[in-house]
Amino acid sequence: MSPRDKRMTEDEVVAQLASGMTIGIGGWGSRRKPMSLVRAIARSDLTDLTIVSYGGPDVGLLCATGKVRKVVYSFVSLDSIPLEPHFRKAREAGQLEVEEYDEGMFLLGLQAAAWRVPFLPTRAGLGTDLLALSPDLRTVTSPYPDPYEDDEEHVYEELIAMPALRLDVALVHMNRGDAYGNGQYLGVDPYFDELFLWAAERRFMSVEQVVDTEDLSKLGPVQSLRVNRLMVDGVVEAPGGAWFTSCQPDYERDEELQARYAEAATSDEAWGAFWSEWEHR
Amino acid sequence: MTRRADVCAVALAEVFRGDGEILANPIGNLPMIGGRLARETFEPDLVMTDGEALLVQNPMPVGVAEPDKVVEAWNPYRAMFDVVWSGRRHIVMGPVQIDRHGNTNIAWVGDDAQRPSRQFLGFRGGPGNTISHATSYWVPNHSPRVFVDRVDVVVGVGYDRAIQLGESGRFHRIPAVVTNLAVLDFENEERIMQLRSKHPGVTVDEVTAATGFGLVVENDIPETRSPTAEELDLLDAIDPTGLRYREVPDP
Repeated sequence: MSPRDKRMTEDEVVAQLASGMTIGIGGWGSRRKPMSLVRAIARSDLTDLTIVSYGGPDVGLLCATGKVRKVVYSFVSLDSIPLEPHFRKAREAGQLEVEEYDEGMFLLGLQAAAWRVPFLPTRAGLGTDLLALSPDLRTVTSPYPDPYEDDEEHVYEELIAMPALRLDVALVHMNRGDAYGNGQYLGVDPYFDELFLWAAERRFMSVEQVVDTEDLSKLGPVQSLRVNRLMVDGVVEAPGGAWFTSCQPDYERDEELQARYAEAATSDEAWGAFWSEWEHR
Repeated sequence: MTRRADVCAVALAEVFRGDGEILANPIGNLPMIGGRLARETFEPDLVMTDGEALLVQNPMPVGVAEPDKVVEAWNPYRAMFDVVWSGRRHIVMGPVQIDRHGNTNIAWVGDDAQRPSRQFLGFRGGPGNTISHATSYWVPNHSPRVFVDRVDVVVGVGYDRAIQLGESGRFHRIPAVVTNLAVLDFENEERIMQLRSKHPGVTVDEVTAATGFGLVVENDIPETRSPTAEELDLLDAIDPTGLRYREVPDP
């Protein structure tokens, strides 16, 4: 017996979402972002979303289309264009609530949610303004004396308690997958996609191509099979689904389109013209 | 004639002297050029990335579309945190603002965290880097806008805050701040920024005028060393299109 078929369309994914949800988005910067899913959200009437992302044009597009109440982030960048202009515009207009973290704290927050623990300890963040900026961020004192200290006076170190970044929904884009939710990346970096999936209640994966399960291990080494069907509730076949971000080795970033997207941040008219053209492409 | 960008490249190489087998992770063109120069000369054990997920053993030239790579290991973003938190890393970052203690800001400028006057990158890896391993800084345009009395938001930890943390601050270290004018460090009892050397052709007054706080300046400030003939040849190989001269034009 085959497991259940989880294939659906972008719009069927969006139909399962609700305004006010916390949505984690995989990929990194302007790399392997689930842009066809993000664009479907941008076209929808969803609003007041909290976006959790190693941010790129996913964050910028949802800001530009007025979908975002809050961004949980450590950076938002288009890589070849270092600062995301749409995110920047929304921030400088005071339109967003933000929760800022170091990118390693961010990893630990996703990992804590994935492992169902309330926090994970780290030194990252100590001594910075993060504690002052985030009134909910706490420290924790180690119950163990420092193992590297052998003098008489033991030190019980105070560390940042990075809270679990629990997600209502995770969206990721992979190179290949099957109908049941097994997914494969074929590029050089898996990013943090598995953590997003494990950290979320409802998990959706778009893929460049849906293939038979038996073909997955022929297309790449077994180590490339990073996503399994325990981690996925819905599969969307979306050729070019990461476009204009990169999706190596299937395609590189479309720098020309990205540059036009960035330039469209200069005015509402420019954005309107760009978005009406790109919305349904 | 010694060109300023070459002096900067050598000064950026020098920040890695004595590091041994650690991940040298200079961000930006001139720091990258400096790091690769260090590895080709006096620090052959340095480990370096291709700017993405690979550790590459050959001195990949900058500004070249598809350089040859001798891949020695796979180091995706997630594995980078193993390196960061192990402490076996020395990064060079470019601050938007830096103060006399070495507190730095790369996130945003302004007095309202929810509505910055200028949004920059965000906290990125600043907190984790500075509390876990050596962090040096590169400032291509030494000015009072960058060297400020107080940074708007502390992203990278400075010495005053690291000392206050006691045991938890024990891995914090800022070996050097290299600029287009000078090399600065914190090698004094108070751990306050001081002028270590000025680049050839730069006066002490120029450096202090470009610094928005009182820099510690001892008597007899030496000149930053100029590149050797061998280093100049290597710089041309590492940076064949002269990106460094665009980043730091001759005065």
